[in-house]
Amino acid sequence: MSLLSVHDLKVHFPVRTGKFGDGKSVVKAVDGVDLTIDVNETLAVVGESGCGKSTTGNAILGLAPVTGGKIFFEGRDLSGLSKAERKHVWREMQVVFQDPVSALNPRRTIAQSIAEPLVIHNFPPAEIAARVDELMTLVGLNRDQRDRRPGALSGGQRQRVVIARALALNPKLIICDEPVSALDVSIQSQILNLLIRLQDELGLSYLFIAHDLSVVRHIADRVVIMYLGVVVEQGPTAEVFANPVHPYTEALISAIPLPDPSLRGKRKRIVLKGDLPSPLNPPVGCPFVTRCQLAESQCETDRPPLEPITETRMKRCFVRQH
Amino acid sequence: MTNTTSSKPLSSWQQAWQSDLAWKFRHSPIAVVSLVITVLLVLSAVFAPLVAPYNPFDPGSLNLMNGFTAPLTPNAFTGDEFLLGTDDQGRDVFSTILYGMRISLFVGFAAVTLGLLIGVTLGLIAGYFGGWIDAVIMRIADVQLTFPSILVAMLIFGVAKGFTPVEYRDEVAIWVLVIAIGLSDWVQFARVVRGATLVEVNKEYVQAAKLIGRSAWSIIFGHILRNVLSPVLVIATISLALAIIAEATLSFLGAGAPPTQPSLGTLIRVGQGFLFSGEWWILLFPSVTLLSLALAVNLLGDWLRDALNPKLK
Repeated sequence: MSLLSVHDLKVHFPVRTGKFGDGKSVVKAVDGVDLTIDVNETLAVVGESGCGKSTTGNAILGLAPVTGGKIFFEGRDLSGLSKAERKHVWREMQVVFQDPVSALNPRRTIAQSIAEPLVIHNFPPAEIAARVDELMTLVGLNRDQRDRRPGALSGGQRQRVVIARALALNPKLIICDEPVSALDVSIQSQILNLLIRLQDELGLSYLFIAHDLSVVRHIADRVVIMYLGVVVEQGPTAEVFANPVHPYTEALISAIPLPDPSLRGKRKRIVLKGDLPSPLNPPVGCPFVTRCQLAESQCETDRPPLEPITETRMKRCFVRQH
Repeated sequence: MTNTTSSKPLSSWQQAWQSDLAWKFRHSPIAVVSLVITVLLVLSAVFAPLVAPYNPFDPGSLNLMNGFTAPLTPNAFTGDEFLLGTDDQGRDVFSTILYGMRISLFVGFAAVTLGLLIGVTLGLIAGYFGGWIDAVIMRIADVQLTFPSILVAMLIFGVAKGFTPVEYRDEVAIWVLVIAIGLSDWVQFARVVRGATLVEVNKEYVQAAKLIGRSAWSIIFGHILRNVLSPVLVIATISLALAIIAEATLSFLGAGAPPTQPSLGTLIRVGQGFLFSGEWWILLFPSVTLLSLALAVNLLGDWLRDALNPKLK
C-alpha cells in the first residue's frame, strides 16, 4: 500500500470576469491529477508557474478546496475529515515552504518556532526543550542560536529551522513546496543533501514540488511532469531524463544548463514558443497543443489520455509513442 | 554555522537604546521636544494633588473674595497672589488646569484604549476570516466614516444621557464620554489592522501554523496580532491627540464633562464667558495648555509614523 495516493484530483476556483465582474468562469488549477508516493520515496512534481503543482500540494494538505477526486493517506480517505481528525493527519504530514523569510514569524525565536507544533499538541515542557535541542542538532543548527530571531539568520539557516519545525511531530510525509528555489545555489545543495540525509535517517517520504530540473534529478526517485493542471508524463527520474517522451518534457530537459562548457552548443535546444495559455481558456484538445512542434490535427480537437508506456511510465501524447 | 552578530548579549535597555527607532528619535529635535512636553504635562496631571498649590474642588479652601484675581497681581481684598489668576469663584486657574488636564487625559487614554481594543479585534477578524464577516464589519465601518466622528460621539452621548437617571448623570458623564469617543474612533484601527492582517494571512508562517493544528483564534492572537501592531501604535498616538480635542469639543459644547469635574474643555467653555469682560486669563491658560498637549502628542504621532515607515527613509 502506498503512503499517499491521489486519484483524479480536481481543484477548480470560481472567478469573476468581465468589465463589471458579472461574468463567471472557472480556473481549473488542477484538473484530474493521479499520483502515488510510497514509503521512503521522493516524488517530484515539476512544471512551470501556474501549472497547478503547488495547488496539488495545498489540496493534499487541506489548504486548498478539493473540487473532485480522492486523496488517500495510509489508505484513509482525507475528504470530509472533522477538525480533530485533520489535526491528527497533520501530525503525519507536514510542509516545507518556498520562502523561509515568510515561513517564520519574525517576532518568535528559533526555539519558539520549532517548539510550536509540540506546544500545540500538548507535549510536556521538559520534553519540548529536549526535543527542540534534538531537532536543531538533527538539521545542523547550532544550539546557541536557540534565542535568535529569524532576522539574524541566513536563508539557509532559516530553511533549516523550517525543516526542524516540520519534523517536530515525526511526520511520515513532507510536502516540499519549492524548498530550495529561494536560496542561493551554493546553499541549495546543502539543503538538498540535508533532506536526503533526513530521508535516510527517518524513513521520510517527500512530495517535492519544483521547477528546477537539476534539483529534481538530484533528489527524486520518480518524477511527474505537469502542464496546465494535468500530468503530461511520469516515470522514474533516470528514465525520464534519459529518454523524455512528451515534447514538453523534452523541452524542459533541453533547457537544463550544462556544467561542461565544451558540451554547450552541441545539444539540441528546444525553445518553446509563446506563453502558457490562460487557465481561464485552456485549449480544447491537448493542453500543450498551442506550443507543441509536433502538433497534429487530432491534438487540436481531442484530449489525449494519460496512457502507460512501460510498467512504470505514463505519457499524455498522441504523436509520441515511446 | 557561524555566529553572525556580536558576541556579548545586550540588556533589553541597551538594545532599545541602540535600535533604529531610538537613533531616529535622538536625531529629531521635534520628537524630543514633543516627548518632553508630553511627559511634563502628563506627569503634572497625574501628580496634580502634589503639584497644584490648591485643591480647586475643595469648597472649604475657596474664598469667593479671591474671584477674578489677575495673574501675578495681589488680590485687592485678600492680598493673595495667584500664578495664573483665579476664576469667578476664586479658584486658582493653575490648579484647575492641572486637575482639568487629568480628566482630559483620562478620557483621551481610556477612549483610545476602547477604540483600539474594538478596532484591532474587529480588524483582525475581518482580515483573517474574510468573506461575509469581513463585508459586514467593513460596511459598518464605512457607514460610520461618512459621519464626522464628533457627530457620532454627540449622538452616543445624547442617547446615553437619555437612558441615565438624572441623579447619576454627573457621575457617569466621564464614562459616557469615554464610550462615545471610543466608539467614534474604532474605524481607523479596524481598517489599518484589516489591511495589515490581509498581508500576514498570506504569509507562509500562518499556513504552517494551520498545518500544525493551531486554531484560528490562536493564530490570530498568537501570531498575527504582534505583527500588525506597529501601525496601530502610530494611529493610537494620533488618536490620543484627536480624542483629547474631541473631549474638549464635547465639553465646550456642554455635552461633556460636568462643571463639578471640569476638563480643559469645560474650563474653556467657562472662560470664554469672561473674555470680553476683561478676565482673559480664565480662557487663555486652559486653551494654551490644551493646544500644547494636543500639538505635542500630534507631532509625536507624526514623527512616529514617519520613523516607522520604511518608504520615507
